[in-house]
Amino acid sequence: MADKRLIRISDDALARALGADKLAAAYEKKGCEVHRTSSWGMQWLEPLVEIDGIGWGPATLEDVDDILAGNGDEICIGPIAAHPFIARQQRLTFARAGKTRPTSMEDYAATGGWTGLNRARQIGSEAILAEVTQSGLRGRGGAGFPAGIKWQTVARAAGPQKYIVCNADEGDSATFADRMVMEGDPFLLIEGMAIAGAAVGADQGYIYVRSEYPDAIRKLNEALQKCRDTIAPFRCEVRVGAGAYVCGEETSLLNSLEGKRGEVRAKPPLPALEGAFGKPTVVNNVLTLAAIPHILTEGGASLYEKLGIERSKGTMPIQLAGNIKHGGLFETAFGISLGELVNDIGGGTDSGRPVKAVQVGGPLGAYLHPDQFDIPFDYEAYTKADALIGHGGITVFDDTADMGAMARFAMEFCAAESCGKCTPCRIGSVRGVEIIDRIRAGGRTPDEIERAPQMHNAPRHGRSAGDEIGLLTDLCETMKFGSLCALGGFTPYPVMSALKNWPEDFTGKAAAETEAAE
Amino acid sequence: MSSKSEKIGEIIAEHHGREGPLLPILHDVQEEFGCVDAESEGLIAKGLNLSRADVHGVVSFYHDFTAEPEQRPVVQICRAEACKARGVEAIMEQARAAAGDRVKLHTVYCLGLCSVGPNARVGDTLHARLDGPALAKVIENA
Repeated sequence: MADKRLIRISDDALARALGADKLAAAYEKKGCEVHRTSSWGMQWLEPLVEIDGIGWGPATLEDVDDILAGNGDEICIGPIAAHPFIARQQRLTFARAGKTRPTSMEDYAATGGWTGLNRARQIGSEAILAEVTQSGLRGRGGAGFPAGIKWQTVARAAGPQKYIVCNADEGDSATFADRMVMEGDPFLLIEGMAIAGAAVGADQGYIYVRSEYPDAIRKLNEALQKCRDTIAPFRCEVRVGAGAYVCGEETSLLNSLEGKRGEVRAKPPLPALEGAFGKPTVVNNVLTLAAIPHILTEGGASLYEKLGIERSKGTMPIQLAGNIKHGGLFETAFGISLGELVNDIGGGTDSGRPVKAVQVGGPLGAYLHPDQFDIPFDYEAYTKADALIGHGGITVFDDTADMGAMARFAMEFCAAESCGKCTPCRIGSVRGVEIIDRIRAGGRTPDEIERAPQMHNAPRHGRSAGDEIGLLTDLCETMKFGSLCALGGFTPYPVMSALKNWPEDFTGKAAAETEAAE
Repeated sequence: MSSKSEKIGEIIAEHHGREGPLLPILHDVQEEFGCVDAESEGLIAKGLNLSRADVHGVVSFYHDFTAEPEQRPVVQICRAEACKARGVEAIMEQARAAAGDRVKLHTVYCLGLCSVGPNARVGDTLHARLDGPALAKVIENA
């Protein structure tokens, strides 16, 4: 049939949540050939319908005929690849996004798949380690530890059994890049893991995926089945988490993988030496491992090294989320300013109101004020500003946001998700919620015990909001330096940044002004 | 021998030889019976040669495993930062009204659709770009 039109619609979970399956079925019913591809990452346009490179989105069932007839101008965005949101990006990890069918071995091989692995096998372990180190790739999970150094440690560790563990427990709000890799290009991640295996001498891999990502789990399993012979002798298996946010922390993840409570382990020993089941283990984030196949292509490492600024090399898949007009996945070299990301690329808030705050790095990242929009996307620059890049998620809030409530939520979240092993996190988070409540209530009067005549040294005046703020600052200090892992250690970032930038949201406008005047 | 112990025995046998089999087993048991109750914990402990306390410690740690089956339909609503920024808190009242006692609303932190919230999940089906009425409809259909 000459007019069997080829329609491309994403089968990404986000597109499916917005009705992509029904759209695809409607086109099939019309006699079209429908390819379910990965998502381009322009999420405000999902579900996006693509015919001969031209895109229509967000499309509904009512638009089906119009689009087929080449009409539907009001939702037509023209050639997708030329859209400014796509054209401005530098996509290495997401080079296939929107272009291939996720679990098609044919599509993967036709777009340069497995060349990294094949070359890696030819050049051998030492050369792989040298190239990964040269590329300057740093762990994309949040800590930013140089991947090459970690791999070298595992490679040099003695022992017949080693593991590659992929941390796909992407629990941070505002992050979805891991999900998009697993759902959109699962072979890429598997190839990265197989290369890691060849580099350090590990023949078994585990992908620890959170249970909130059923689509990713299904596609990874399908992909692993299909490429089993290609990656052999390396073997890989998906393990499903069970709803614990803290299992995104590497040692907690390892405990969970072993079938234990997901409690954080004290370091040392480093997982590189005593990781999964006590054996030397590479634990890397999805984005780290997915960056590897490109780096291992001919000349890939030096290209990667040339991108970015300072010690932050290569590209970062940045996730634009929350109250943002053009939300989605934006992969670019390090160094881009926050203002450019939020205003130019993201188009400001979705509600059309002014931007009040931007949280970078998920629930444990600082709230940045629009005054700080010139900060470049760079690990060290963010650390200097008492903030973190984390996994590259950006949540935008408009001026209706109550930052006092968000600070309280940060503590509440920490209390709900704490593994309970260390005291600053387990107890500190609960006390943090209580203190923020008291600050917002304007302090407290002396309680019954303080008023008792025997309590000679107890203060008689209760505690003012200012006293409570001092207490909160002290508590945050303790959590930051006394917690075992980033959950307790970084929860102070959102709390203190909110308090510093928007004190009026804690104590009311009048009180904040008096305090500033003093 | 009860059918429960038989079924759990099968599940354990299925995962025999895997490294760290406890979580996969617990997932299967939760899926099969809608919960991991004390009886199941005992059977799993015996099967894996662990103490019941060990198994209970793991079961009680993770949000996905429950001690009792949930009879009502469950709607998960994301109330993490990105969905808060998009106004999920303002529609929770409507959600609670729609749910009443018939549907259990379960707060989750992040379904990974952070630019198109508020989001909800029923079983393995995701719903995005929800406003008050749309969320109420999801809950009514649950």
